[in-house]
Amino acid sequence: MTAATRSLRRWGFVHKWTSLICTVFMLLLCITGLPLIFHEEIDDVLHSQVKAAEVAPDTPLADLDHLLANALANAPGQVPHFLVWDRDDPNAMFVSVGPSITSDPSKNLLIRMDAHTGAYLDAPDVTGRFTYIMFKLHVDMFAGLPGKLFLGLMGILFCVAIISGIVVYAPSMRKLSFGTYRAGRRRVVRWLDVHNLAGILLVAWTLVVGFTGVINTWADLVLKMWQYGQLAEMTAQYRDRSPPTRLTSVNAAVEVAARTVPGMTPGFVAFPGSIFSSKSHYAVFLRGNTPLTSRLLKPALIDAETGALTDSRDMPWYVSTLFVSQPLHFGDYGGMPLKILWAVLDVLTIIILVTGIYLWVRRRKAGVSVDRVIARSSGIESPALSS
Amino acid sequence: MPSRKSMHRTLSQIFIAPLLVAIVSTLGLVGALVGDGWWDTVSWVTLAVPVVLYALFIWGRKPN
Repeated sequence: MTAATRSLRRWGFVHKWTSLICTVFMLLLCITGLPLIFHEEIDDVLHSQVKAAEVAPDTPLADLDHLLANALANAPGQVPHFLVWDRDDPNAMFVSVGPSITSDPSKNLLIRMDAHTGAYLDAPDVTGRFTYIMFKLHVDMFAGLPGKLFLGLMGILFCVAIISGIVVYAPSMRKLSFGTYRAGRRRVVRWLDVHNLAGILLVAWTLVVGFTGVINTWADLVLKMWQYGQLAEMTAQYRDRSPPTRLTSVNAAVEVAARTVPGMTPGFVAFPGSIFSSKSHYAVFLRGNTPLTSRLLKPALIDAETGALTDSRDMPWYVSTLFVSQPLHFGDYGGMPLKILWAVLDVLTIIILVTGIYLWVRRRKAGVSVDRVIARSSGIESPALSS
Repeated sequence: MPSRKSMHRTLSQIFIAPLLVAIVSTLGLVGALVGDGWWDTVSWVTLAVPVVLYALFIWGRKPN
């Protein structure tokens, strides 16, 4: 056995086992991810929501303190965590409330408000929705942070499987031209060709979506790093101060932030004591206006007792990486045609996974049959499945 | 009869087409991030390349 053959056998071993371990979870992720690409459209069809008032384009926005008071009047006993501008509907805003400022924000209630009139729209319980169940299965399988990190690990295996797959693609294609599909042959031959073709065509997309998915599983950790890093640094002088007894106007805070960072628009406000801010500040997160810069949020910290600016900095690289990896994973940054392409590429990935399992099962049942198929086309013993 | 060896394709022959497809689709992935309008169109066209190639190779040719 030559050194090259030994090396290929090792790559084959890596491809087989990384794939086998992650395949079931990757199937779950691909299948639940498919409806998530179209979650807004699906929610629109399945659930009616109160529409915000149709207004002329230059209608001024509602005073945020007034809007907030209206929201809280409809949520007795709740405190606000975040004020969020709706990316998809400029006529609506959300107020995210929880039973206390330290309660788990992932269990918050989202109150929809009219951005122009400041009127209450609705506050639907989304937890029974089809898209919510798909989302939870996709993100953490209802298992919280451990579930999330576990899926991240499966994502890493998936990326290793793709890279090792590129290596073992070579011996498989020694005697075949690119795109060969032997339509008249047995299923094991046809599905091997499908697996090779779809696998190699989708390398860039599966690697990008796979790896950005892995990065997304680290979001909670990245947030913690930012809290103990940059946020703590920016608010160091407030560390020993007691939280403000009365909060200043949130509307004024947003205006100060917008003046501080010209050219950017507010994306959301984190209230003092919530996970995205210090106990003494409104954190106003501003975003740019291109698809890329609209993801790169920049915080401006406003003292919630005096209403004055404390500090505003660009996010550190690890947070920016997380922000940029989000659209690349979701496919929501290029209109409906991009979403449809995302869905088609997702289905092709499912085909790669299923044909991969089939090829493995065939080999287990028939001993050497898949090896023979590959060996015949490569002229050398197969590394891919013989380990 | 040619020797077995001469029938083997080299690594660059095997990987040139996949490499081009990967470059083109990466351009598409990044394109729509950079801007709207034309950039979106660039990403639709380039990301459609692997899909169209798959369809052509699997269904577009007569069985041999």
